Amino acid sequence: MWVLLAIAVVVVGFALRINSMLVVTAAGIVAGLIGGLSPVKILNAFGDGFAGSRSVTVFIVTLPVIGLIERYGLQQQARKLIGRLKVVTTGRLLAVYLLIRQGTAALGLTSIGGPAQAVRPLIHPMAAGAAERRYGGKLPDKLQEKIKGFAASADTVGLFFGEDIFVAIGSILLITGFVDATYGLHLEAIDIALWAIPTGICALLIHGVRLILLDRHLDKLAAEADADAEEVAR
Amino acid sequence: MIKVEWFYWLCGIFFLLIAMQAFNDRTNRKRLGSAAFWGILGLSFCYGTFVVHKQAPSWLLGIAVIGIAALAGAGFPGRGQERTTTPDQRARFADRFGNKLFLPALVIPVVAAIFGAWLAKVKLGNGKPLLETGSATIIGLGVASILALIVGMILFRPNSPAVPLHEGRRLLEHIGWAAILPQMLATLGLLFTASGVGKAVGRVTDHLIPKGSLIAAVALYCIGMAIFTIIMGNAFAAFPVMTAAVGWPLLVQQFHGTPAVVFAVGMLAGFCGTLCTPMAANFNLVPAALLEMKDQYGPIKAQIPTAVPLLACNIAIMYIFAF
Repeated sequence: MWVLLAIAVVVVGFALRINSMLVVTAAGIVAGLIGGLSPVKILNAFGDGFAGSRSVTVFIVTLPVIGLIERYGLQQQARKLIGRLKVVTTGRLLAVYLLIRQGTAALGLTSIGGPAQAVRPLIHPMAAGAAERRYGGKLPDKLQEKIKGFAASADTVGLFFGEDIFVAIGSILLITGFVDATYGLHLEAIDIALWAIPTGICALLIHGVRLILLDRHLDKLAAEADADAEEVAR
Repeated sequence: MIKVEWFYWLCGIFFLLIAMQAFNDRTNRKRLGSAAFWGILGLSFCYGTFVVHKQAPSWLLGIAVIGIAALAGAGFPGRGQERTTTPDQRARFADRFGNKLFLPALVIPVVAAIFGAWLAKVKLGNGKPLLETGSATIIGLGVASILALIVGMILFRPNSPAVPLHEGRRLLEHIGWAAILPQMLATLGLLFTASGVGKAVGRVTDHLIPKGSLIAAVALYCIGMAIFTIIMGNAFAAFPVMTAAVGWPLLVQQFHGTPAVVFAVGMLAGFCGTLCTPMAANFNLVPAALLEMKDQYGPIKAQIPTAVPLLACNIAIMYIFAF
C-alpha cells in the first residue's frame, strides 16, 4: 500500500506548482523504489518508457511549416476572412469545429485536427478574429484566455468522443484485447464502437451548447472589461 | 516499407538543429543549458530506435531522460529573441498572399487523411504493407509536414532555408519542456504499473464496493474510471484495474450486464477524467503552451464543466442500456 505514496508525490507536486518534469521523475523513482525495483530497473523503465512513447511528440515536425506560414500572415488572413462573415461568432465557429473534429475522428481521421496543426494556426485566430470584430479591436486578457481555453477544448472533446466510434482505434483494441485475453470473451470491436455513439452524442450536445453559450459569456466579460477601463479613465 | 523510426529520426535531427541554433543564439541568456536540453533530447530520439529494437541498453537512455528532467527543473530551455516578422509586416504579407496562406495549412490534414484512410491499407508487391503496421497516423503526419513545408517554401520564397527552422524554434521555445512532458508521463505510467500502484488502487476500491445496489455499482465503476484516469493521466491505465475490481466481477458476472456496453461506456467515463487532469499533458498542458496561455490550466477549466455532466450521462447510459 505504501506505493500509493507515489500518487501523493504527484498530487502535492502539481498542487505546489513545482516543475512538472521534476514531479513526474520523482514520483516515478519513488514508485519504483517502494515497489522494490532495483535502480537499474528503474533506469530501464525510464529509457523504455521514453523510447516507446516517442509517437506523442511527433507533432513537433509540423512546427517549422506552421511557424513559416505564421511569418507570412496566416493568422492575420484567418482573422480577416472571419471578420467578413458577420454570422460567424466565436462560439458558433468553435461549435462547428467541434462537430467537424468529432465527425472526422469517428471516421478514423484523427490527425486532421490537433492543437499544433489546426488550433494554433487556424481555429484560434478565427475564433479570436470573430471576437475582435464583435467587441472592436484588441481583446482584454480575460477574453483572450477564455477563447484560447475553449478553442483547445473543442479540439480535445471532439477527438475523445469521436475516435471511439471508429473501430480500429487504440482504446477499442485495448478493451477487446484485455477483456478477451483475461475473461475469455469474444467481443466484437464494432459492438464497442457502436456503444460509444450515445456518449458521443451527449458530448456533442453538452459541449456544443456550452460553446454556443460562450458568446454570451464573452459579451459579459467584454462589458465588465469596458466598465473597468472607464473606471480607470476617470 | 516506410518505417516509423525514420520519422523519429526526423524529430531527433530537428531537435539537434534547434540545439545548434540555441547554442549560437546570443540573445538567449540560457543558451548553453538550452542547447544541452535540445541536444540530449535529439540524441535520445535517435538512440530510442536501438532501445526499441533491443540493440542497446535502456538504462543509458534512462540516465539521459532523467538528465533532461533535471535540466527542465533547473529552468531550461530558455527563450531567445524571436526572429520573425512584426504584426505590421504580417498584415502586409497577408494582403499580398491572401488565401494562398491557407494552402500549406490544408496540405497537412489532406495528406494525413490520405495516409490514414488509404495508404495504410496498401500492400507492396512482396505482400508487406507500404506503411509500418499501426503507424500510419505518425507516418502520415511526418510526410504531410514535409510536403506542406515544400509548398510553403515555393509559395513564400523566404530568403534562407534556415527561416522555417528559426520559425519552428520560435514555437518550440514557447512550448519549452512541456513538449516532452507527455513522454515523461507515459514513463511514469510504466513505473506505476511495474511497482503495483494499479493493484494498490484496486484494493482500495474493493473496500468501497456496495453490496447489492446496481446503480451504486455502475456509479462506482464510472466514477472510479474517471478518478483513476485523473491520477494516472490515461484511461488505458485505469481500464484493466477498474475492470478487474468492479466491471467484470460485479457488473458483468453478478448483475449480468451486457459486456460490450459496460466496457465501452466505462472507457468513455475514463475519458471524462482525461479532460480534467494535468497528468494528460499532451491533451491539456501542451495546447496551453502552444497557444501561449498565461494560465496553463486554461483548457482544463474550459473542459471540467463538460466532463462532469458527461460522466453523469455515462452512468445513465450504462444503467439503462447494459441491464
